Amino acid sequence: MILAQGVGELGSSIAAIGYGTAAIGGGVGAGLIWAAVINGTARQPEAQGKLMGIAWISYVLVEVLALIGLVLFFIA
Amino acid sequence: MSAGPENRKEPSLGALVLATEGGEFSPPGVEEFFFPPIVDGITKPMVLAVLALLICVSFYLLATRNLKVVPSKFQFAAESIYDLCRNTIARDQIGSAEFRPFVPLILALFSFILVNNIFGIFPVIYFPTLSHIGYALAMSVLVVYPVYHIAGMRKHGVGRYLRNQLFPPGVPKAVYILLTPIEFFTKFVANPLTLAIRVFAAMLAGHLLLLVFTLGGEYLLTEASLALKPVSIISWAFVIVITFLEALVLVIQAYVFAVLSASYIGAALAEEH
Repeated sequence: MILAQGVGELGSSIAAIGYGTAAIGGGVGAGLIWAAVINGTARQPEAQGKLMGIAWISYVLVEVLALIGLVLFFIA
Repeated sequence: MSAGPENRKEPSLGALVLATEGGEFSPPGVEEFFFPPIVDGITKPMVLAVLALLICVSFYLLATRNLKVVPSKFQFAAESIYDLCRNTIARDQIGSAEFRPFVPLILALFSFILVNNIFGIFPVIYFPTLSHIGYALAMSVLVVYPVYHIAGMRKHGVGRYLRNQLFPPGVPKAVYILLTPIEFFTKFVANPLTLAIRVFAAMLAGHLLLLVFTLGGEYLLTEASLALKPVSIISWAFVIVITFLEALVLVIQAYVFAVLSASYIGAALAEEH
């Protein structure tokens, strides 16, 4: 009972920590994608246009994970 | 959305330090996004969505009314957007053989979402329509979702389309037990939902960020002690910085929505998975 009450009060704090944790994954993923694009562009500058197209698509797939975390934060 | 005011009664440490006079700072939440109706049953986002439609239609009508070989600046702007949607988005994602019928859809989606997003940082209006998930869901589930499935089914026939989508070739038979449910979930559930959630959450988060700094600055100016009042200027300076960040994000979100719609259509039309 007391535990449940405590969880209720802490709920929004826990949700904030949860969102922060969820954002780690998205951050690492976005970093890996753009690191690969920078590497690829440095090796082959003329391929930049093609790489950017692929990068945006992969980036939005990663980004949505962090954004779903944000939505869950508001639901929690 | 139960993050109601009752969760925020306990003053945080920051609020205790700041609130030497007057009330306590309550950060803006989801409730800031719901307005009382302007007229019975008609709310601000509805008006904005119609306004965005009118802006898009009149922009393209005006820009294409008097086309010249040497374009005016206005015609050039419209042609640049058309060129982006036709060549960079539709042709690259769908493929040069079949992209033509989908160019109007991609152009309409991109322009409509872009105008709606610009409302988020446009003076006086300051409200991104798509921060209400209904509008984003309508565009993804009612427009893009049927379009790419029907386009795929019309090209391949229902059976072959489903086989193409659910049984990607080149994997051992046993893997299909695992792969087919995942493919089904991705193609029929996750894709339309994430398409909507992406633009919705980005707009919600951006608008909320602007609200936090604007209302925080206002709170510092009106409620905090005299020494802390000048800090409100820093808070409002951040509003300007974040507005520029938002300007970038909202264009990217409109672009991404169009690119992903085109990429789903392209995947549905592709011969082999």
